Amino acid sequence: MTLDPSPSQTVGPFFAFGLPFDGGGDVVPPGTAGAISLHGTVRDGAGSPVPDALLEFWQAGPDGRIPVRAGSLARDGRSFTGFARVPTDRAGDYVVRTLRPGPITGSPEAPHLAVTVFARGLLHHLFTRVYFPNHTEANAADPLLSALPETRAATLMAVPDGWFGGPGYRFDIRLQGPGETVFLDLVGGDAAESGATVDGASS
Amino acid sequence: MSPAAPERRRTEQDEVTDAIREASAVDPQRGGHPDRAFAPYRSTSLRAPSQPLVVAPPSLLELTAPVFGAKDVRPSDADLTLHSTGEPLGERIVVTGRVLDRDGRPVRNQLVEVWQANASGRYAHDGDRHPAPLDPHFTGGGRCLTDDDGRYRFVTIKPGAYPWRNHHNAWRPAHIHFSLFGTAFTQRLVTQMYFPGDQLFALDPIFSSVTDEKAQQRLVARYDHDTTVAEWALGYQWDIVLDGPGATPPDPDEV
Repeated sequence: MTLDPSPSQTVGPFFAFGLPFDGGGDVVPPGTAGAISLHGTVRDGAGSPVPDALLEFWQAGPDGRIPVRAGSLARDGRSFTGFARVPTDRAGDYVVRTLRPGPITGSPEAPHLAVTVFARGLLHHLFTRVYFPNHTEANAADPLLSALPETRAATLMAVPDGWFGGPGYRFDIRLQGPGETVFLDLVGGDAAESGATVDGASS
Repeated sequence: MSPAAPERRRTEQDEVTDAIREASAVDPQRGGHPDRAFAPYRSTSLRAPSQPLVVAPPSLLELTAPVFGAKDVRPSDADLTLHSTGEPLGERIVVTGRVLDRDGRPVRNQLVEVWQANASGRYAHDGDRHPAPLDPHFTGGGRCLTDDDGRYRFVTIKPGAYPWRNHHNAWRPAHIHFSLFGTAFTQRLVTQMYFPGDQLFALDPIFSSVTDEKAQQRLVARYDHDTTVAEWALGYQWDIVLDGPGATPPDPDEV
């Protein structure tokens, strides 16, 4: 049996009292050893900040384990649930405090954060990934990064940019235009819409 | 003999409605999902990517999803009429249905979130400038977990239609926003549920961004008298099917 999916619709401008939750950007509490600040700006095709985007991040822990513990909304201040949800502010900026993910056993991909982008004016969310520059070898072997032209792969790389109570990484998202972020079709298979394909299924 | 009716001036809504009709004549959309660039919905023009998406197999990570449990959601979160000291105004309704993957399997114990305007078509949001009354007893946000059958159930107030600034005299049909997680990150879905028989469907560029009529119907709840609670609330059924690989991935801790 194959059921037809429910179509996507935009998150709209008024999700503020429905989706964000307290501590949504704190995958780990302030002061956690090894915590990083991942931050950036979401911009549209004109280069203007997008003040009403919502980002979600999903990731493994530093040990490469994918969290299987509940509590992704009700933070208990101890458990690493691997999930973050942050709205952009008036300047289009977001901040997530988390730990860098470690390699997942059996995964051909280099350590990365899975990202979903929602916004007014986006009728269907966008998937992308955040990779980290310190995994030089794993990044070189990553099926997605290695299949992309260098300039496009660079849009998926967090850039070290100082100290924010921990190492800071900048990850900007450009929805459209010069430096447009690479967005992914993970569901697969619309040749008409898709310009590039990465081979080598991971499962 | 009656005099000829004065010629009706062509409106901005007419232009939009025509553009919607034109867009609907093009190729069917995969899975019924809207194209991100849909000109009649004007905000898409600077926000839809101009490059094609890159097709990539999901990573092991992307075949798993965040986990939510009883401590993330209170039972009262599912009754939007109980979030204040008094009862909200409007038509009380029950909205329920099942969350399924494309193979028809229920998505169990997963988070469903909703948000909506009040009965007057006004959101409890600073950015909503519609001069309709706020309801001190209605915020319009709710959450629940699906049960073992994949079923969710909310009690709420039927939201009103409201104007927006896409074009002159633009109105959104009444809708409830839904946010859904599956067993895999790839199944993530944010969408809107509409009510049957709304006269605004064909005029609305967001509803109509789904161009296939059958896919449009999958966004519309069904009135269900068996769900209606006597002397209390009208009932609507709306099942949701998540797209994308839904296969149960290997337990990541066992890999």
